[in-house]
Parts: sequence; C-alpha cells; structure tokens
Amino acid sequence: MTKRFLPFAIIAVVLLLALLLAWTLFRWLEPSQATGNLAATPEASGPKMPPGALPPHVRGEANAAVTLEEFGDFQCPPCGALYPELKKLEGEFGSQLRVIFRERPLMPMHKHALLAASFAEAAGFQGKFWEMHDKLYENQTTWIELDDARPKFIEYARSLGLDMDRLARDIDGPAVEARIFLDGNRAHALGIDGTPTVLLNNREVPFDTLKQPNGLRGAINAALSGKAP
Amino acid sequence: MAGTSASRGRLLYWIMAAVSLVGLGDSIYLTVQHLTGETLRCTLISGCSEVLGSSYAVIAGMPLAIIGAAAYFTVFSLAILAAFGYRLAGTLLLALIGVMFLMTLWLTFLQAFVIHHFCQFCLLSALTTLILTVLVMAQRRVVP
Repeated sequence: MTKRFLPFAIIAVVLLLALLLAWTLFRWLEPSQATGNLAATPEASGPKMPPGALPPHVRGEANAAVTLEEFGDFQCPPCGALYPELKKLEGEFGSQLRVIFRERPLMPMHKHALLAASFAEAAGFQGKFWEMHDKLYENQTTWIELDDARPKFIEYARSLGLDMDRLARDIDGPAVEARIFLDGNRAHALGIDGTPTVLLNNREVPFDTLKQPNGLRGAINAALSGKAP
Repeated sequence: MAGTSASRGRLLYWIMAAVSLVGLGDSIYLTVQHLTGETLRCTLISGCSEVLGSSYAVIAGMPLAIIGAAAYFTVFSLAILAAFGYRLAGTLLLALIGVMFLMTLWLTFLQAFVIHHFCQFCLLSALTTLILTVLVMAQRRVVP
C-alpha cells in the first residue's frame, strides 16, 4: 500500500526542494539593502595594479573629491541605460565628481563593441573622445542590431567634424589597439568581467547598489562624506 | 520479452524524470535572474541580459522562465507517475513534451535571428527539452 503513495511523496519532495532552491537563489541574487557601501576591492590604486591606458579619458575637475571610473561596453544595453543617469549625476555633483571611462568591450558576445571602442579611441586622438562616447551611447539602439555598424560610426565621426583620413588610419592602428588592450589589462587585473562596472575612488560599487534607483547617487554621497576611504 | 520492454519503458520514465530536474533547476535560476534584475548587466559568459531583458521573455506579464519551471515540474511529476504505472500520465507527458519542443524551437529561433544573442541558460533548457523529446519518442517505440 505504501507503494501507492511513493510517487506522490517523491513529487512532494522535489516540489519542496525546488522552492528551497528558488528561495536560496533569491537571497543570493537579491539587491542588498546597504546602499553606499563599497565592495572591498582595495588595491585598485595599488602599485601592482595596471593603471589602464594613459592618460585616461577624464571628464570633470582634476582635483574633484570623488573619481568615478566606469568600465563600459558601448554595445551593452545596461551601459546605455547608465549613460543618461551618469550625465545627470555629473551635473548634480559638479566639480566634486570626475569621471573616467575605461574600455571593456565584451567580445565576442557583442560583435560591434570592439569597433565602437576603436572609433571612440580614434576620436580621442583628435580630442573628441567624449563626443564620440556620447554619440555612441545616445544612438545605441539604432546601431546595436545592425549587421554592419561601421557606416553608422563613420557617419557619427563625420558629424563630429573629425579628420576622416586620420580616423581611417587610426581605427586599425596599433595606438588605438594598445589603449583598449591596456584598459582591458586593468579590468582583467581587477576581475571585472561585466559591464557596467563602476569604481568610486578605486573601490568597486557593488552591482546590487548600482541597479537601485538612487544607488549610485547614494554611493557618491557616501564617498564624499568619507564613509568609504 | 514483454516484461523486459515494459521495464525498459519504465526505466525511460525514470531517466526523463531525472533529465527534467536539470530543466527545473535551470528555469528556476532563470526566473530568479529575471525577477531580481540581474539582467541589467552584461557579462562575458552569457548573453542572458539581452535575452531575458527582451520583450520575448515575458508572456502576458509572466516571466517565461517561471512558465518553464512549471512545465519542467509537471514533466517530472508525470514521468514519476508514469514510472509507477499510471498510463494516463504517460499520454499527458507525450503531449506536454510535444508542446515544449515546439516552444523551444520558437525560442531558439528568436535568440538566433531576432534578439541576436544566445543565453547559455536558455540553451541548456533547449537541450533538456530536446533530450526529453528523444526520450519520450524512444519510450513510445519501446512500449507502443
């Protein structure tokens, strides 16, 4: 007679285990409540840490109290979503905040990411890195699904008034490649394999914090008030 | 000989139950990822943020992954019941796996040609359903 109930007992046990798994995963992936707490990634400025491409692309005052370093991929939709938020925060914090951008193209998953990074870096050699950076993020949805994004990138470069001959030389040149490689070196050393990743004064902002509506603002405020060294 | 094929048929149900557990665990993980917003990040190892963040990941306001979890749990239950000799369960199992196979074809097509990104965990589910389809067909051949 017990055999009659055995299949139902097995099913009930599996249901319980499934619910337990769901609960455990929820606890593990759920955003933590602590905003403004920065993860323990201290050595980002240490002597052994690769500095990334030099000089870095910086927006803001050199002596700002807080340095925000973003590792981004122009083809990553969440990076595109962070872009307007970051612009707003730059406006809000003014001279207290300076922003550094690091290339972290996630190849081969994002097939245009490396080319986009190359265009931004090549524009950088003509002093227009941030203009290209903005253009790529602002128009992300128009080029992300294209089979060939190069014509669009060329169009953006033209609209920024870049020297197209020089751009064509730089795009596939060793200097652009070296910058992306050096940023990648730094990302690799810091164990950054996802984008966007944001460091505040060399400490990583946990992704849990970043994805909350006011998470990044809270983290910058915390860094300003010196809670995180 | 009839006894051997019947027991082989039962063994296949047990294997299906075991395989469905892989699908169940996988879709639970995807559900939690979907609901906790881990999809808001791009990572080197998976294209899941693009896939789970797309409009195809939700049907009538429900994350597709949770429907998948329910389907795999039902497959598990039916396979266990069938292994214990409930004939109706075997028939329902065949029908359910048939529907899941068609759904898998559609979702894999979407990833390849519409979203242009493959999510490893979605592909694992596709593989699981494919194996279940082969097993349920083999089962029908062993025990007509």
